[in-house]
Amino acid sequence: MAVQETQAETQPLLEVRNITKRFPGVVALNNVSLKFYPGEVHAVVGENGAGKSTLMKIIAGAYTPDAGEIILQGERVSFAHPVEAYAKGVSIIFQEFNLLPERSVAQNIFLGREPSRFGIIDRRQLHRDTEAVLKELGVENLISPSALVSSLSVANQQIVEIAKAISYDSKVLIMDEPTAALSSVEVKMLDDLVERLKARGMAIIFISHRLGEVFDIADKITVLKDGQLVGTVLTKNTTPQEVVFMMVGRELDHYYPPLGKPEDFGEVVLRVTDGSNDFLKNISFELRKGEVLGVAGLQGSGRTELAQALFGVVPFKGGTLEVHGKVQMIKNPTQAIALRMGFVTEDRKSEGLFPRQAICDNMLLAVRSLQPVFGYIFKDGLPKERKLVPGLGKRVDIRTDSYDREVQFLSGGNQQKVVLAKWLASKADIFIFDEPTRGIDVEAKAGIHDMIRELTKQGVAVLMISSELPEIIGMSDRILVMRDGRIAGELPAQSSEAEIMLVATGHGQAENNHSSVQAEAGKE
Amino acid sequence: MTTTTPTFSSRAVSVLAAIWGFIRRIPPIYPVFFAIFITVGFLNPNYQTMNGIFVFLRRASPLAILAIGQMMVLASGGFDLSQGSLVTFVIVGSSMLLSNDPAKAYSTIGIMMAVGVLVGLINGTAVSFLKIPSLIVTLGMLLLVKGVAMYWSGGAPKGYFTDNFRVFGRGNFENVPIFGKFPIALFIMLVIAVVFYFIFHRTNYGKQVLAIGDNVRAAQLSGVRVRGIRVLTFVFSAFLTVIAAILYGGYGGISTNVGDGMEFQAVSAAVIGGTLLLGGKGSVPNVVFGAFTLEALFNLLNLIGLPKPYRDAVQGLIIIGAVAYAALTTRRKQ
Repeated sequence: MAVQETQAETQPLLEVRNITKRFPGVVALNNVSLKFYPGEVHAVVGENGAGKSTLMKIIAGAYTPDAGEIILQGERVSFAHPVEAYAKGVSIIFQEFNLLPERSVAQNIFLGREPSRFGIIDRRQLHRDTEAVLKELGVENLISPSALVSSLSVANQQIVEIAKAISYDSKVLIMDEPTAALSSVEVKMLDDLVERLKARGMAIIFISHRLGEVFDIADKITVLKDGQLVGTVLTKNTTPQEVVFMMVGRELDHYYPPLGKPEDFGEVVLRVTDGSNDFLKNISFELRKGEVLGVAGLQGSGRTELAQALFGVVPFKGGTLEVHGKVQMIKNPTQAIALRMGFVTEDRKSEGLFPRQAICDNMLLAVRSLQPVFGYIFKDGLPKERKLVPGLGKRVDIRTDSYDREVQFLSGGNQQKVVLAKWLASKADIFIFDEPTRGIDVEAKAGIHDMIRELTKQGVAVLMISSELPEIIGMSDRILVMRDGRIAGELPAQSSEAEIMLVATGHGQAENNHSSVQAEAGKE
Repeated sequence: MTTTTPTFSSRAVSVLAAIWGFIRRIPPIYPVFFAIFITVGFLNPNYQTMNGIFVFLRRASPLAILAIGQMMVLASGGFDLSQGSLVTFVIVGSSMLLSNDPAKAYSTIGIMMAVGVLVGLINGTAVSFLKIPSLIVTLGMLLLVKGVAMYWSGGAPKGYFTDNFRVFGRGNFENVPIFGKFPIALFIMLVIAVVFYFIFHRTNYGKQVLAIGDNVRAAQLSGVRVRGIRVLTFVFSAFLTVIAAILYGGYGGISTNVGDGMEFQAVSAAVIGGTLLLGGKGSVPNVVFGAFTLEALFNLLNLIGLPKPYRDAVQGLIIIGAVAYAALTTRRKQ
């Protein structure tokens, strides 16, 4: 792997040495050391969970590292709070802006340090100072100091954040996914702005998922993976393919059940044609009985939105949806459940479980909501299946002494099994899994994977969304890759992580694949 | 032969453990109620007679009915603060509608029940469809309903309740086997308790209410028709409030402040009956005994010679204590 050439002639503006940060159960950063030089745009890239944001939060003082040190202009610093970092010339612009929407641009830039005369805010001075800052950025014709922030476009709000950083005389500017919400014209504008900041001798740290922009803007690229530093390369000496390989190269961490055989796949149970809503565009795919269709993509690519659209949480507005061969309009989850769909959500605690209700009531809720409101209930089952709960408990292997126990007292793995049992009770045969094994220990993970495969053998069709590529590769019979709310491509089983990442970042073309070529063509 | 002794003792231990397990599962409200009630009985010999106990239960019945309605709203994660002024409205309005004519008693009751359903529909619709917090909606309804009652009666209600209207709250069934006399109010309360025990604990409706109160997002994703269930719950609460008001009318006076603070009595009764203020837990029988306990507690304070303001203070303590308890137990789990 290419390692950066030494830059002995200049002193780094900011340096992090041997930073380690642990969160319960994970090492978010392990002994990471990096140098940032003035007049340089340094991009930090990596998969979801690689540790990019954690590192930036440590530099900006939002987190305290467990070990390691931060050196700013040759001086050891440790910030207890982002405000201290600001004062020392380190600014961070988060994905979500920290602006007050109902205050003016000037008030936002000088918030908390407004120029005053006799203890009263000097509005004229405030506006003059703001104008000066905006002029420095060359945007004085674009943004008025008295404009309300809420009236500005997202791109201009971003510029206000940058202006705020400039006004603090920042030497280091960290931008976390600055282009995520911008159009291509606006991205171009941001590029120009960054060039100006570089000329001022600032060190700019740029975090992004989009390799295209990284290659346009950055001078240097650092790759993090699983909290480890993989390496730093000069942009001019590398290619997107090489960076992607640095991002993904790793071993499978456990064995997955064998994939389905093509002869086991049955008829199409779910077909979406040109599905679209505010988050999704031109979604078309088919899901067959007995298969696991993996959905990969970076954060914000529209994976969860796809699941929510299918299940009627945020329904499709355009296109057609066919379930079991019939065109259906799914406007709410109740209809989806009636069509025998089940949705195992990403956030089990807040979207899947009723912590204070008994295991049996959790399991039976979905099927009960399809029955008459005042229909009589049986504790352990349905009028037609009185012993449903113990049967399901055995089927998904819940370990408990009693099904009357409240689910809040169960382990994460057991809770996930309760959610699964809820959909088995409602006889779902189309399952949507959104991050099925997030936050679950390794043993329970394998159990859930076996269970998903077991479901497909019983004729269930599974759509599995995951941000863990090994899981996608280990489980999927086909892989859809999403980007920017579209299906960017479809890959066959056992594609490599690199192939998936190339499509997900917009740098690859799935070969020999008709639908992905179409999707790419449709995008232009 | 030597092995029988340990087997026997271990069996005895397991039987004791089972009994202990059963005792531990008895909700605390039952021992608390009997402790307070027996104390009251010692202080006032009236409560040692069947008649005295019936008088007590008759007075506690309307509160128990209010508390059942309140409990269901609380279990769904809401509040119904409009109960008290709806009681006022029903009492004041009935005296206006009756205008001293016994023939109008049943039509009056019918109209009032319709008003109750309407109030519940408005509460429920505003909470579910306009997404206004129930605390705000029902607080507004409290003022609205009370204002209408004041305006209608001109601040001083005319007329009195006819006997056939009052009989529900104060009358007895005569010549009942075993008991002799049996209060009609208690009978109505027991019928309602049984019906709502069934509705709340034995139908899909109750499980969905608890699910909404526990985790509304997950309930929606599990197919619960959240808005419909919520509207229904507010309608039940208002409807039960009308019934409770008619029973209160049997022995209370007619004034524009009879119902003041009753919503808080109902919340207190529900809470000491083990209802979680943030939703997700509630039980009809426990709440009925919660209402009995609160009534017994008021009697106790009375017998000790503490004036009425202490009642309000005690209720305040109960509500704060219940919320603190709920907050502490959930924090410990996290």
